[in-house]
Amino acid sequence: MIPSTVPPKYKVFVDPERCMLCERCTTECSWGVYRRQGNKILTYPNRCGACLRCVSNCPRDAITVTLNQSCGREHPVWTPEVKQDVVTQAKSGCILLSGMGNAKEYPIYFDKIVLDACQVTNPSIDPLREPMELRTYVGKKPEKLEFEYVEEEIDGKKVKKAKLETKIAPNIKLNTPIMIGHMSYGALSLNAHKAMAKAVKECGTFMGTGEGGLHRDLYGYSDSIITQVASGRFGVNSEYLNKGAAIEIKIGQGAKPGIGGHLPGEKVSAEVSMTRMIPQGSDAISPAPHHDIYSIEDLAQLIRSLKEATRWKMPVFVKISAVHNVAAIANGIATSDADAVVIDGFKGGTGAAPKVFRDNVGIPIEVAIAAVDDRLREQGNRHKISIIASGGIRNSADVFKSIALGADAVYIGTAAMVAMGCTVCGRCYTGQCAWGIATQKPELVKRLEVDDAARRVANLIHAWTHEIQELLGAAGINSIESLRGNRDRLRGVGLSEIELNTLGIKQAGM
Amino acid sequence: MCGIIGFMSRTGRLISGDRIATALNCLKERGNGEGSGYVGYGIYPDYKDDYAIHVFLDATKDYDRIRHEVEEVLVKYGYILKDEEIPTEEGIIKQEQVSWRFFYRFDEKYIAVEEDMMVNIVMDINDRIDGAFVFSSGKNMGVFKAAAWPLEVAEYFKIDQYKGFQWLSHARYPTNTKGWWGGAHPFNLLGWSVVHNGEITSYGANKRYVESFGYKCKLLTDTEVVAYLFDLLIRKHKLPVEYAMSALAPRFWDEIESMSEEDKKIHEAIRMTYGGATMNGPFGIVVGTQEGMVFMNGEVEEGNTMVGLTDRIKLRPLVAAEKDDLLFVSSEESAIRKICPELDRVWMPDAGRMVIAKLEKKI
Repeated sequence: MIPSTVPPKYKVFVDPERCMLCERCTTECSWGVYRRQGNKILTYPNRCGACLRCVSNCPRDAITVTLNQSCGREHPVWTPEVKQDVVTQAKSGCILLSGMGNAKEYPIYFDKIVLDACQVTNPSIDPLREPMELRTYVGKKPEKLEFEYVEEEIDGKKVKKAKLETKIAPNIKLNTPIMIGHMSYGALSLNAHKAMAKAVKECGTFMGTGEGGLHRDLYGYSDSIITQVASGRFGVNSEYLNKGAAIEIKIGQGAKPGIGGHLPGEKVSAEVSMTRMIPQGSDAISPAPHHDIYSIEDLAQLIRSLKEATRWKMPVFVKISAVHNVAAIANGIATSDADAVVIDGFKGGTGAAPKVFRDNVGIPIEVAIAAVDDRLREQGNRHKISIIASGGIRNSADVFKSIALGADAVYIGTAAMVAMGCTVCGRCYTGQCAWGIATQKPELVKRLEVDDAARRVANLIHAWTHEIQELLGAAGINSIESLRGNRDRLRGVGLSEIELNTLGIKQAGM
Repeated sequence: MCGIIGFMSRTGRLISGDRIATALNCLKERGNGEGSGYVGYGIYPDYKDDYAIHVFLDATKDYDRIRHEVEEVLVKYGYILKDEEIPTEEGIIKQEQVSWRFFYRFDEKYIAVEEDMMVNIVMDINDRIDGAFVFSSGKNMGVFKAAAWPLEVAEYFKIDQYKGFQWLSHARYPTNTKGWWGGAHPFNLLGWSVVHNGEITSYGANKRYVESFGYKCKLLTDTEVVAYLFDLLIRKHKLPVEYAMSALAPRFWDEIESMSEEDKKIHEAIRMTYGGATMNGPFGIVVGTQEGMVFMNGEVEEGNTMVGLTDRIKLRPLVAAEKDDLLFVSSEESAIRKICPELDRVWMPDAGRMVIAKLEKKI
């Protein structure tokens, strides 16, 4: 056997002066980094992914996990990570898997956009004292309203009254423009799903089921659920579709544009098997293409079939990855009877993706929103479809900027997981999540306390909602619809002219 | 901070323009000499069924060529019945623009769609012809504006020589863009003329909304978009006026929740459909139409009215008054009293609520 030529990425140190040999680290670490031998705790740092469960749970603060400062030759191109990947693939001959979002240092446009605020000529609005309206409807809107005039007799007088003729298509009503995106049961634990469902119900918003079906324990939350139909059709039947408030067809995902999904058999427990309607222990593979969709017309047929199956009572969304021609695709989707297009940027998270895709394929969500909103407006199709942005939304400012660039609402994923305790160690694909979030192992799942996790997620959404209200007030705006597409309130700093033009914003100072 | 004063005779009585100039001068303090303007309705009785197109032509040696380009656009679709430089008094203000007017009639084949055609012509000229801006395009009405003080503009355009049944005027204190002739109020499209006091914080959203319907915002000021919104909602989408106003300054969701089921459905539909038209920020606007006058405050003012000072301490004030057949509206009562000291009724329109004055007969 050829020994590894790359030292471990992390250094794990247990301070013998502080350690009381309680062995908690050996049970908390799901990766097998710790083992007791006599009066010592031995460590196997090459197994460590820096999830920090051990650090958080050590009662004596005896554990330190640090980046291993290798004394090997430093090289700007052949970094330790690059070498590690080569060695791993040389050993296995396999595609490298990774979890979470794009880990390369691409520019984050959100951080190069600043917001406007009122001074003197237009007063700021105090959100603590004035109504600040964040209610958002996601779905198709009519281009215009039509009224008919009817004569009515009021107090003996004949009065002409305008009556609304236009029928509004089904929309979902959000109290805040923040939803939780689709992370499947299977990829995530049931406790994680339950926590998110409780949180969105409390906040008056929605969560996606992902492509894993809907566990029966979540049926009570159906008014806050968006079900998903992916290429694998896992868990999809009439009951499932009708247990949500909206349906989403997943074509692509920001973390892995152009490829399908894969849930390893180890994660397919008895409960996951029942919910997904697949054999226990079998790999659940969603192929890259939907084998019944090879054109917009095919997509339109599926949309109409799903609407038919749900008696045309709920909106249907289509999720695509942000890719370079996303504007044209979204415009096609707008004309296909879809009610919302979800655009997932390349910073979007994932349970498992080939690393080469995660880090190299797709485009940033910021430019995708701008391009899609522009194209839909140019084509007169903006009212036909809502835009939901996702993939790398980290805070309320990102939400605010997304909406000002043209989105109606956003999905968050990683942020909700972090709220529940995720440390973004990026090894979700192993099913060993020590925090009980991205795992199906009962002993790990039970580590996530549902009510506590739900409280944290709800707190996060509440906190961002408050911050959005403050930002709106500072901008002299008291309803979210006046922010939507209001790029006039954004300015770029440190962007090239072509980047500013693509985003449709002006340079700061102009 | 801008000054607004307007009045109309419900019976269609014609009133000399010097009255509006006198009233606006009272609000001189609300402007800074970088923009004043007037619009009179009923001022061109000899051409009352034809379009009066007022155009700014850059006052350079090229102005003949620019005017010729404008004419080329017009003659493609109809007939110029008469055109001339709008009479002005020299030596009052520095002439940045030559103000030209065309009395214009569409070819018969375009009569059914003449309003759409006129909007297209205005957009085309403003967008494509460098150095030309159409600043007035209605029938039997006209805008007169420039970057100067109220009385200077009135004297320059000889406002006292016109008679109209409805006049609006505006003294500008530019805050978002530099003062220039095109940026002065009123803003006009077809019969819609808008004067505005305030700042529309939703401008970016409103601009992109109207642009998706083919309007081109070229005058760099938030008020321009209001004129286009009126045209879109009332003329093109044929919304009842009160619902169009509700699209611009929607009812709060709390209010909507407490409405009757039928009204709730309507107002919810308005907010869902016309979110892009919602105007935010402090504003008081007055809109002149061929049929009368509409004026309103922004919703936001209701909340911003200081507690205990329930009426005249609004950030963007608007006061209305009546005397016989006359209806007045102004940012300050003093401007109204200046030309009509004795009034039958004076009131402050509620924030976010429209006041509509209509002519008793078509003029």
